[in-house]
Amino acid sequence: MPPASQHSALSTQLEIPDYCLVVLIGASGSGKSTFAHKHFAATEVISSDTCRGLVSDDPTDQAATKDAFEVLEFIARKRLAARRLTVIDATSVRREDRAHLVRLAREFHALAVAIVFDLPEAKCHARNAGRPDRDFGPHVVRNQVRSLRRSIKRLGREGFRYRYRFQSGEEADAAVIARQPLWTDRRAETGPFDIIGDVHGCFDELVRLLGELGYRIRENGDGYAVSHPDGRRIVFLGDLIDRGPGIVDCLRLAMDAVDQGVALCVPGNHEAKLLRKLRGRNVQLTHGLDATVAQMETQPGAFHERVASFIDGLVSHYVLDGGKLVVAHAGMRADLMNRSSGAVRAFALFGETTGETDEFGFPVRYDWAAEYRGDAAVVYGHTPVTEAAWVNRTICVDTGCVFGGTLTALRYPERELVSVPAARTYYEPVGPKPGDDRPGSDDAGVLDMDDVRGKRVLTTRWQRSITVRAENAAAALEVMSRFAVDPRWLIYLPPTMSPCATSDRGGLLEHPAEAFQYYRANGVTEVICEEKHMGSRAIAVVCRDADAASSRFGVAGGQAGVIYTRTGRAFFSARGQDGFESALLARLRDAADRSDLWRRFETDWFCLDCELMPWSAKAGDLVKSHYQPVADAASIGLTAATAALDMATASGLDSTALLARFEARSAMARHYARAFGHYNWPVKSVDDLKLAPFHLLATEGVVHFDKDHGWHMDELAQLCGDDPVCAATAYRRVELSDESSCAAAEAWWEELTANGGEGMVVKPWQFVVAGDKGIVQPAVKCRGGEYLRIIYGPEYTAEEHLARLKQRNLGAKRSLARREFALGLEALARFVEREPLRRVHECVFGVLAMESEPVDPRL
Amino acid sequence: MLLTLTTTHRPATDLGYLLHKNPARVQTFDLAFGQAHVFYPEASDHRCTAALLLDVDPIALVRGRGAHLTDYVNDRPYAASSFLSVAIARVFGSALGGRSTERPELVDEALPLSATVAALPCGNEARVRGLFEPLGYEVTVRPADTATTAGRYRDVTLTAPMRLRELLTHLYVLIPVLDNRKHYWVDDAEVEKLIARGKGWLEAHPERDFIVRRYLKHQRGLADAAIARLSVDEVAPDAEPEDSDVPDAPLNEVRMESVVRALEASGAVRVLDLGCGEGRLLKALLRVGQFHEIIGVDASATALKNAERRLRLDRLPEVKRQRVTLMQGAMTYRDARLAGYDAAAVVEVVEHLEPDRVPAFERVLFEFARPGTVVVTTPNREYNANYPNIADGALRHPDHRFEWTREEFAAWSERVAKAHGYRVQVEPVGEVDARLGAPTQMAIFERCN
Repeated sequence: MPPASQHSALSTQLEIPDYCLVVLIGASGSGKSTFAHKHFAATEVISSDTCRGLVSDDPTDQAATKDAFEVLEFIARKRLAARRLTVIDATSVRREDRAHLVRLAREFHALAVAIVFDLPEAKCHARNAGRPDRDFGPHVVRNQVRSLRRSIKRLGREGFRYRYRFQSGEEADAAVIARQPLWTDRRAETGPFDIIGDVHGCFDELVRLLGELGYRIRENGDGYAVSHPDGRRIVFLGDLIDRGPGIVDCLRLAMDAVDQGVALCVPGNHEAKLLRKLRGRNVQLTHGLDATVAQMETQPGAFHERVASFIDGLVSHYVLDGGKLVVAHAGMRADLMNRSSGAVRAFALFGETTGETDEFGFPVRYDWAAEYRGDAAVVYGHTPVTEAAWVNRTICVDTGCVFGGTLTALRYPERELVSVPAARTYYEPVGPKPGDDRPGSDDAGVLDMDDVRGKRVLTTRWQRSITVRAENAAAALEVMSRFAVDPRWLIYLPPTMSPCATSDRGGLLEHPAEAFQYYRANGVTEVICEEKHMGSRAIAVVCRDADAASSRFGVAGGQAGVIYTRTGRAFFSARGQDGFESALLARLRDAADRSDLWRRFETDWFCLDCELMPWSAKAGDLVKSHYQPVADAASIGLTAATAALDMATASGLDSTALLARFEARSAMARHYARAFGHYNWPVKSVDDLKLAPFHLLATEGVVHFDKDHGWHMDELAQLCGDDPVCAATAYRRVELSDESSCAAAEAWWEELTANGGEGMVVKPWQFVVAGDKGIVQPAVKCRGGEYLRIIYGPEYTAEEHLARLKQRNLGAKRSLARREFALGLEALARFVEREPLRRVHECVFGVLAMESEPVDPRL
Repeated sequence: MLLTLTTTHRPATDLGYLLHKNPARVQTFDLAFGQAHVFYPEASDHRCTAALLLDVDPIALVRGRGAHLTDYVNDRPYAASSFLSVAIARVFGSALGGRSTERPELVDEALPLSATVAALPCGNEARVRGLFEPLGYEVTVRPADTATTAGRYRDVTLTAPMRLRELLTHLYVLIPVLDNRKHYWVDDAEVEKLIARGKGWLEAHPERDFIVRRYLKHQRGLADAAIARLSVDEVAPDAEPEDSDVPDAPLNEVRMESVVRALEASGAVRVLDLGCGEGRLLKALLRVGQFHEIIGVDASATALKNAERRLRLDRLPEVKRQRVTLMQGAMTYRDARLAGYDAAAVVEVVEHLEPDRVPAFERVLFEFARPGTVVVTTPNREYNANYPNIADGALRHPDHRFEWTREEFAAWSERVAKAHGYRVQVEPVGEVDARLGAPTQMAIFERCN
C-alpha cells in the first residue's frame, strides 16, 4: 500500500495514483481552475462553477449551490464507478465540505488526494479583481482563507492519503503531475502463471507440486533458488503459514522466490494476523497460529523482521494479464478490483461475510462468486473445497491440503489444474469438514433478471455488438420462463434461415440459381446443397449417461439429455408422446456407441442440429385445426362455384371466362391439399419418427464450426448408421464456377420438389464465412413450388398473385439470420469454454428475443 | 364463397326484378376485399336461380406486420362468412331493404324461396337447425353429420315461403354468427345494425342471446347492451362482467379473500403479487389500506398491459395509483427488485412451472427475494374427482404442468420452509370435501428470526 505522504512545498513532482479523487483546495482566485486546466483533461475536472452554470445559467449564482453540488456529486459518482480519475474543482476550504468528498472517494475505493492552494489572500484578491464575474466583496476570500488555514493541518486525519500544498503561485506553476499505477495494477504482466492455493505450512507438498509444475528448486544456504525453464512464475494466494509442519520453509521459499522475481504473493488473513503478532499486538494463538509462533521461535530475530516486512509489503490483490486475471486470497468483487481502500483489503483477506456466524462460530460467508459478473477470471483460495471448479469465471483453488486434501495449482493461461495429495492430515478441522461445499455453491445455476432484462448489447466473436432490444427481451422472457426447458440444457438455439433471392422465373418464387448467385457474389466458391426435410427443427443434447448430464450440465434428476424446438421448448410435449424423448435419446446414445463417438471425440455429450419428421409430430394439431380445414373449405366452396358456373355456361350465359378461372382455382386447391399431405403420417411410437441431423454442433471442448459441411455430413452418416429412425441427409457438393455442377444441383432440386419435397438448403462449404460486410448467410433455403402453397396460400401460383408476392424484401430476415447465427455459435463456444451459465444464456436468450421481431413469417 | 337463391314463383324470373339483376347477364362488382359476380345458372318461368359468387383476393387479406404464418393460408376465400353479408348488402341492397321498382307488390309477399350457402362453417348440423328452423325454414345440410365428415364446412339449403328481404336479412345476420368470425372491427355501430336487422324476428328467437354474443364477437359490453335493448320486458342481465367466464368464479373469490386475509394478518405493508396475471388479486389488495406498496409481477407483458387496463391505473386517484406498481419479471430469475418486501402472494402460479424449474423458483423466492411472509396457493389434485368435466387423472387447466395432492403439497411446503428458514402452515381453501379435501390449498410461510 502506498505510504501516506506529506510532500514539501518545494516538491515539483506531484505523484498521484492513476485512479483517485483529487480535491483541489483553495480560496476563490487561488488558481485552482488554471492548475486543473493545465494538468488534467477537461472531462476529468468537475468544477462547482460549471455545475452552477449548468443548473442556473450563472456560474456565480450562489443560490444554485445546493443543486450545483448535487450535479457535481452525480457526475463524480458516475466517473468513480467507472474507475476514472476525477478532479473536484471547488473551494473545499471547510472540513465538512471535504468530509463529504472523502466519503465519496471511500465509497468507490479511490484514494483521496488533496492539492492545497495556500496562497496569500492579497494574491487571490488581485486575481479576482481581474475577472468581471468575481465581484463579491473581499470578506468572502478572507473567510475562505481563514477556513483553509484553520483546518489544513489535519488533512491526513481527514482521510487524504496524498497531500500537496502550494504556498505561492510560482510553486503551483512549477508543479508537474506524475500519475502512478496502483500497486495492485500489474496488468502489464502476462505470465504464464502457476497459481497456488493455501499452503498452510505443507512444505513437502509445495515442493512436490512445484516439481510437477516444472520448477527447479535449489537449496541456497538458508534459502532457496527457484526458477522455471520456461520463465513461468508462481502466484501464492496467501495463507502460507499456520497449522502445517513446514511453515518456516514455506515462508523462506516464498520470500526468496518473490525476491528473485519468480513469484508474486498476496496476503492471506493468516499472514495479516501474524503481522499483528509480530508487531507485538495481543493476538490469540488460535487457528494454527500457535504452530507458526512455535516454529519461528528457533529463527533469529532478523528472520522475524524479514517476515514482518515481507507481509507488510504484500499488496491486497493483483490485476494481471491486461486485466483478464485477478488473484486474491479470498476473492475479489468486480467493483473492488484495482482499487484501494480498507474495504478492498478486507475483502481480499476475508471475503465477504453476512455478519452472521454459523453453528461452529465461523462467520457465515456471503457467496460473492455466485453473483460475480466481471469479465476477469478471479483465482482465489481461503475456503477449502473438495474440488476446484469454475463458478462464474471464478475458481477457488484451496483444496484443503493441510486438512488432508490436496495442494492445487491453476496453470494460467492454460487453465489446467495440477494437484498433489497431502501426505497426511496435519490439522483436524474445527467445524464443517473442508470440502463440505457451502450451501448455494451451485448458484451459477440461478440466472439473474439483469442477465436478460432490458436493452442489452452482446459481444460475440463473429459479430461484435449485437443489440437485443428491450421489447424483444420482454417477449422472450415470457417464453423462456414459461415454456423453455431448463436453461442449463439450452446451450444453443438455431438461427432463422432466409430464402434465396426471389427468382424471376415464371411460376416460381424460389430457385437454387439465386442461392448460387448470392454466394458467388459474396466470394464463396463452393457450396453444399442439402435436401431440406419438412419436419420440425430439433436440437438434441445427448449425454452418455445421467452422471455426465449432472457433472457437465449440472442437471440432476437422472435425465441424460434433451430434445428441444427452435424456441427452446421440450419437443415432445403433446399428449401421447410421453417417453418419446428418452427413447429417441437412447437411440442416439446407441448410435454414438456404435460409431465410437464418445472415444473419438473424448466426450461424454454431443449436441446435434436436426430436423425431426413428420411435420405432424409437432404440428399435428395445427394440421387438423388449420391446414386441413382450408383444404376442406376450398374443395367444398370451389366445387359449388364451378358447378353453378357450369350450369350458367350450359344455359348460354357468357360465363366461360369465369368458369375457367374457377376451374383453375379448384385445381390449385387440390394441389394444396396434396402438398401438406406429404408431411404427415401417424406417429404411434419412436419407430415412426425420422430424425435427420445435419450439424454435429459440439462435443466436449469443441464447437465444430471449424469443420466444413462435408465433415459434418460424413460424421452424421456414420452416427446414423443403419438405424431406420436416424436419416442421413442427402447432399451435393457444388463448385460455383462450374456451370455443369450448378446445373446438376438445379436438376436435383427440380426432382426433389417435383416429388413433393420441401426443397433444399444451400450453405457455403465452410461452416462460417466472413465476408466484407460481416458473416455471409450461413444457409439459404430454396423451397419447392408446391411446398410453398402451405406458406403463401393454396393459390399463390396464380399469375396475378405471384406478381405481387415477388415483391418481397429479404433484408430484415437476412440481418436477423446473421445475428442469430453469431449468437447461437457464441452460446456454444461459451459453453464449451465452461463460461458461466448466464454468459451462455444471454446469447440463447438473445436468439429467442430476436425471433420476436416482426419479420414476414413466410420468408 | 357462393350463395344461390332459387324461386319457383311464377314467373320465376321475377326474381331478377326483385334482386335488380338481369338474368341474362353476368355482372361483376368491385368490393373492398375482391369481387362479387352475379349470374343465373338457370332462369326459366318455373324456376329461377341467382348466384352470388365471391372472389376474395387472398393476398390482400393479410395486412400489416405481426401476422402469423397461418394467417396467409386460411379458409376466408372459400368459406361463407361476414364477407358474404357485406356482399349481400352491397349487391342486393335494394332487395335487402325491401325495394323493387318493377315488382313492388312482390316485396311483401311470401314467395317459395330456397337459399343455398356453400361451405358454411357451422360445426354441426344441430346448430344450423337451431338457428334457422325457428324462423320457419326447412333446413337441408350436406353432407350430413356422420363419423367421416369431421370437417366444419357444410352446404346448407334453407327452404320456406318467405319474403325475399327476410331471407336475405336472416342470412345477413346468421352467416357470420355460424362462422363466428368477422373480418372487420366490431363497435357500437354494430349494435345498431343488429337491432335494426333483427327487428321482428330476433327478439323472440330462442337462440337470441347466443346470436347476439356471437354477432358482436363476444364483446360482452356490446352484447349486454344489445340484449338489454332486445328484451324490453325482461330483467336486464347482470352487467358486472368480471369473472363470470371463469367456471370456478366463486372459488376464485374465496381464494382471493383467503389470500388477502392471510396477508393482512401478517401485518405486511409492502407486498408482492408474483404472477399477478391480469390483476385480480391486485384489485383486492388495493381495497385494503394496510398495503401501502403493492407490486404486481408477471412474466407476460401482455398480461401486465391488461392488468393496467383492468385496474384503470390511468384513472385512479394519484394517492391510490402510487400504491401499485407493475413490473415484468419471471419467477425463475433472481431479481434484486423483489428483495426486501414484507410479504409475497404466489397465487395459482407454481403449477404453471415445469417441475424441473420449481427448484429455481424456490430459490428465487425464498432465498433471494426472501419476503417475511409468503402465501402460496395451488390446486388440490385429489379434489378434481369432484369435477365431472375433468377426466380421470387430467389436470384443471391445459397449462398446468402438474397438480399436487394434499400430501405432496404439504411435503413440498415443509421441505422448502426447512431449507430456507421459514415456518409453514397449510390450510384448505374453499368447501372442504370430507374425503378429498378442499379444491384449493394454501401454504402460509413465515420467515423465522
